[in-house]
Amino acid sequence: MPEKLLSIEPNNPEGDWREAKAEFRKGTICYSAAPKNVTYLGLPNPRPWQPFDADWKLPPDWKQTILDGMKERLQKYRSFRLFMEICVRCGACADKCHFYIGSGDPKNMPVLRAELMRSVYRRYFTLTGRLFGSLVGARELTEDVIKEWFYYFCQCTECRRCSVFCPYGIDTAEITMMGRELLDLIGCNINWVLEPAANCFRTGNHLGVQPHAFQDSLQFAAGEASEITGLPIEVPINRKGAEILFVMPSADYFGTPHYYTLLGYLMLFHEIGLDYTVSAFASEGGNFGLFSSHELTKRLNAKIYEEAKRLGVKWILGGECGHMWRVFHQYMDTMNGPADFLEPPVSPITGTRFENARATRAVHICEFTADLIHHGKLRLDPSRNDRWNVTYHDSCNPSRAMGLLEEPRHILKNVCRNFHEMPENTIREQTFCCGSGAGLGTDENLEMRLRGGFPRANAVKYVREKHGVNLLACICAIDKATLPTLMEYWVPGVEVAGVHELLGNALIMTGEKERTTDLRGEDLRGEDLRVENLRGERLTKEEATRE
Amino acid sequence: MKALTPLLAVLAIVALAALGGLAHASLVLLAVFVPYSACAVFLIGFCYRVVRWAWAPVPFRIPTTCGQQKSLPWIKPASLDNPSTGWGAFRRMTLEVLLFRSLFRNNRARLHDQRLVLGEDRYLWLGALAFHWSLLVILLRHLRLFLQPVPVFVSLLSRLDGSFQVGTPAVYVSDVVVVGALVYLTARRFRSPQVRYISLPFDYLALFLLLGIVISGLLMRFVFRVDVAAIKQFALGLAVFHPSVPSTLAPIFLIHLLLVSTLAAYFPFSTLMHMGGVFLSPTRNLANNNRSQRHVNPWNHPVKTHSYAEWEHEFRDKLKIAKLPLENEDAGKIAFD
Repeated sequence: MPEKLLSIEPNNPEGDWREAKAEFRKGTICYSAAPKNVTYLGLPNPRPWQPFDADWKLPPDWKQTILDGMKERLQKYRSFRLFMEICVRCGACADKCHFYIGSGDPKNMPVLRAELMRSVYRRYFTLTGRLFGSLVGARELTEDVIKEWFYYFCQCTECRRCSVFCPYGIDTAEITMMGRELLDLIGCNINWVLEPAANCFRTGNHLGVQPHAFQDSLQFAAGEASEITGLPIEVPINRKGAEILFVMPSADYFGTPHYYTLLGYLMLFHEIGLDYTVSAFASEGGNFGLFSSHELTKRLNAKIYEEAKRLGVKWILGGECGHMWRVFHQYMDTMNGPADFLEPPVSPITGTRFENARATRAVHICEFTADLIHHGKLRLDPSRNDRWNVTYHDSCNPSRAMGLLEEPRHILKNVCRNFHEMPENTIREQTFCCGSGAGLGTDENLEMRLRGGFPRANAVKYVREKHGVNLLACICAIDKATLPTLMEYWVPGVEVAGVHELLGNALIMTGEKERTTDLRGEDLRGEDLRVENLRGERLTKEEATRE
Repeated sequence: MKALTPLLAVLAIVALAALGGLAHASLVLLAVFVPYSACAVFLIGFCYRVVRWAWAPVPFRIPTTCGQQKSLPWIKPASLDNPSTGWGAFRRMTLEVLLFRSLFRNNRARLHDQRLVLGEDRYLWLGALAFHWSLLVILLRHLRLFLQPVPVFVSLLSRLDGSFQVGTPAVYVSDVVVVGALVYLTARRFRSPQVRYISLPFDYLALFLLLGIVISGLLMRFVFRVDVAAIKQFALGLAVFHPSVPSTLAPIFLIHLLLVSTLAAYFPFSTLMHMGGVFLSPTRNLANNNRSQRHVNPWNHPVKTHSYAEWEHEFRDKLKIAKLPLENEDAGKIAFD
């Protein structure tokens, strides 16, 4: 973590952007993909290299490969062709990007990120570009351009915030996705994307958890949930004939604070007696293929429907994860459907037909739980979350690629009593990214993550100062993995939790013993046992004594 | 200086037009050949670009959702900003095209002492809206030069537009607005450091051409007082493909005409094509009914996957340790899909 607080300064760019080069500095870049991962996935040009090397060891025909790749994609995606051609550079998107705000680097303005590619498009694919060159903003494709692409396309979290403000709906995520696909063709990819993808392709999940370890961690979680509640909570794995296949991001059973969310799910399913199963094969809802190429997205996503079919379930329930839901909502059915072997989802508890999911047959857990709460099927004691003063971070994908805004809020407002929204311009469709999505959440990229996450942290700081907020709730696994660091750095004293962790706390279960601890194992009776130090950080007793 | 080349280009066009009227041959060239060619380039180019976009497949349904989705019946969906039906998407597009709804959201991020402050900023929206609408009104008003008799809505529009009767000839509201908006949009490109940095020479070219057209038009009306009847006679001739070139045309009119022709011919090669493109943007013109209606990708190629059978084969021992059920109990015979 940078020792000095990063200075976030406005800057007025000067000069001609087409001359500049990317400067690879540790802390602001992601390292290259290890050859074994590139090879395992069968992608081109596996080799040891690093972005700060002078020689990137590109294949000899790299230029033609890129141009052919562009041509192919221009023919396959209207979005790509259109977004290459209609931008008028009005600048509305400029200050909407969290990376631009946090880094002050003008090439992080969405418009310029796209221009990095448009300049090449004009040179090779338009008449005016061929004739007038730099006068119409065209430039040669050189190795420096490739390096710039790599640098800036790995400095975009594909959050789509700029797209909300663009008068033509130009979506930088689409351009970044194309950019990364093209870079994949010549072997310029990052390990934080390809290692999870390779793991996922082999074992079924990003972390490379094999079936027996998968079973261990889930059974351990079930045991812990049983201990907290005094109820015999179990978790069915690879059970054929269950009604519902539950798919979650693998971080839920291997990361903290994700793990508490998993406890929440397990308790909820036990309480309502849900006939479900998890799968050791479809043990990952997340899909780092999305951060590499459409093809890899499809390859990794295929197992979801395949497993649902094999297990003979009726429909799929999906856990808390951001980009997993981008894939489930906008890509899964098109790529790997039709899911005609499943049935249109119906809640077995309330009888609600999830009409909005009748084709894809996958329901978001927040839709499912909000429906339960609305129908009064859950007994809730929100006072069990009294030690938390909660705000809610809309994750990019559920908000801007789906519109899942009210469901999690409905749950939160029913399971805790202190809830405060962040300012209007920083939530819902205008939410600021955590700065670590799209495969950029690695520690080698920490400085850039902290810069990119600054606008989000800044909004949390606002509600922390105004309302004393100490918990940032969210429904995304990458958020849960990276927001704690962001909070620790910019807004100490704010913790991060999944919505279903808070639900698990508040859920009054039939026959449960008196709860003495929350899902984090911290005391429930009376007040918060943690104390606030002079810096306003909340520490457990142990930590405070240490200080 | 990125703006210099386009400025010189526009001035060169002006000079060319002013000189071109001196000889009859070049007059015919400027007044007949150039406008027809420009018109042809515009029509063919515009259609070509739009058709090429329209033919490109939309493999995935990727609307940018700017509001609550339609999910549970008791949650109110944002039917405009996150439409779930084609009709909703149509309404979203209508607001986008007529009122620039996305631009209306614009705000401005400022940094004060390590704090981010988001403030409203509607000037770009206002400037853009004022420019486009006044330009439309002006274009419609110009129909009176090409149609005889003048349609009722055109004369009505002109009357309405000129209803602030100040001096003779009447000053049109749209003229005042278009000048103001163009000056604002041009000034913005020069003054805002971010916009100046991202601007390319041809961004200025479009602005300078438009400014040239508007200024020459105003000069014709208020300063040089050209013979409108003669120009209408000429324009009618052009419109019915029987061009008759008078022995002389006012230089200022030729300047206006050549600038308009240049803009029209340049249009299909430029980002002015956003006029057609905005209708085709897949993040705006699609309904967010992704999970309720299947969207088909016309080129959905098969890909190499890792099937359950392969997975079970690889982790057979681990599955056995965990006592998880196997599809294929017999390790010797693997059934691959």
